[in-house]
Amino acid sequence: MTEATPKLAWKGVTKRFEDRTVLDALDLSVAPGKSLVIIGGSGQGKSVTIKTAMGLMRPDAGSITLDGECIVGLSEGKRRKMFSRIGVLFQGAALFDSLTIWENVAFRLINADGVPRKEAKERAIEALEQVRLAPAVADRFPSELSGGMQKRAGLARAVVAQPEILFFDEPTTGLDPITAAAINELISNQVRRLGSTAVSITHDLASAQTIGDEIAMLHNGKIIWRGPAAELNTTDNPYVRQFVEGRAEGPISHAV
Amino acid sequence: MTAAEAARQVARHPIQSLGRSTLSAVRMVGGVGVFAVRGTIAALTPPWFVSQLLRQFVAIGFFSLPVVGLTAIFTGSALALNIYTGGGRFNAEQVMPQIVALGITRELGPVLAALMLAGRVSAAIAAEIGAMRATEQIDAMRTLSTDPFRYLVGPRLLAGVLMLPLLTAVADTIGVAGGWLVATRVLDFSSAVYIRNTVDFLQGWDILSGLIKAAVFGFIVALMGCYHGYNAKGGARGVGRATTHAVVSSAILIFASDYLLTTFFTHAAK
Ligand SMILES: Nc1ncnc2c1ncn2[C@@H]1O[C@H](COP(=O)(O)OP(=O)(O)O)[C@@H](O)[C@H]1O
Ligand SMILES: [Mg+2]
Repeated sequence: MTEATPKLAWKGVTKRFEDRTVLDALDLSVAPGKSLVIIGGSGQGKSVTIKTAMGLMRPDAGSITLDGECIVGLSEGKRRKMFSRIGVLFQGAALFDSLTIWENVAFRLINADGVPRKEAKERAIEALEQVRLAPAVADRFPSELSGGMQKRAGLARAVVAQPEILFFDEPTTGLDPITAAAINELISNQVRRLGSTAVSITHDLASAQTIGDEIAMLHNGKIIWRGPAAELNTTDNPYVRQFVEGRAEGPISHAV
Repeated sequence: MTAAEAARQVARHPIQSLGRSTLSAVRMVGGVGVFAVRGTIAALTPPWFVSQLLRQFVAIGFFSLPVVGLTAIFTGSALALNIYTGGGRFNAEQVMPQIVALGITRELGPVLAALMLAGRVSAAIAAEIGAMRATEQIDAMRTLSTDPFRYLVGPRLLAGVLMLPLLTAVADTIGVAGGWLVATRVLDFSSAVYIRNTVDFLQGWDILSGLIKAAVFGFIVALMGCYHGYNAKGGARGVGRATTHAVVSSAILIFASDYLLTTFFTHAAK
């Protein structure tokens, strides 16, 4: 069976911090237009996994390919070009607190793409409408918004330039269930609308099944299970079972 | 590592600890050097973020005027009194205006303005950039195809290098005015004589050398703020640590480079 080139692939990616190995020869890939969700316990290296793919962290070994091309150790200029193809929603939204919401959303347009401010503002307001934020929010500062609204603004910033790949790092962590459901729905809508490939991180299983076509579980630096989203509830993989059922006893022992 | 753990470590393995801290000091000097070069390139080559630069001119230059002005007027006044009484011991109180002018322009103006900026600006830069690091705003900026060295570091370095000489010029003027105020109000100097003595005595180089020093100090203050903020690790505590390190290292580097520059200038003048 020949497979199409994956949109994004990690091959044997290893990442150490001092003497701690966080990623241990990790293999993972996502096909074009698909949505992959990475689940796993806190501190297992989920954020590190996507940061190596975004070029924000350099792996100690292994390769990462985007459309079949290796993106490890790119020059700053090439990396900047690669960044124009990706959109990211960070764990805490990571909005720039000295800028207004619309300036945040339009940041790439103004500072990297040279779009005139007036046009950039119009596009930012359109993107805000996509995530159901009223135009009145545009001139406010991030600190004046609730957590859920900040996540929406972060999502608008990620999608405004219509990227090919979207990364979502724990988009619903810290939100109430209703707001979380709304964010999940917005994410699914945006990914579908843009036809982008998506890689999300979550430890919220409802969220994993709403936004993911496929789910992969990261444990001890490796992917220990991977399958279609629907199989999360039926697989007999003991790690996944313990995680899904939220039991303290099982193969995953916490060093708490 | 907490301070207590560190102390225990030193007691147990004194040589290794010394070796380790030497190594980490060398690594840090290298790190600062690379950072300084990258920052300088970002500051001097396009694209420039002009609105960021203007914002830093205001934050670093304009808003430092009150502290620098107050420091200068009190220092100038105190210096005048001290030199007058000290000079009186060998009947040299009449050269007080000249010595005050020299002390302010060559030494105290630039050093005190720089120290005030180390406290005010270096700390603020480290805290702001450190918080941006802790909340992933710097990562976010990179994924938005914008180089943080150009957007954050370059404008601050430029503003430091350009604004501190201006602030020093203000400090020089206000400092000398402080001396004049004490001389004419407290002591019985005539205003015209004081001003003529100062103006006739001062040479362009006295003022210029102080302004050159100030440009170097401005670079140090901005660089230390940016470097420690950019490399902040470990959440809120890390930001606090970055702020402290920025202030302390700016102050030490200001004094060290002040001595080196003064040595260099006095040799060059010969
Ligand atoms: N920049 C860094 N320096 C040192 N250690 C790090 C760094 N980033 C992450 N780590 C460590 O890597 C491990 C995995 O972190 P992370 O990927 O953030 O976990 P999570 O799965 O919760 O997203 C953690 O133990 C964390 O302390
Ligand atoms: Mg994480």
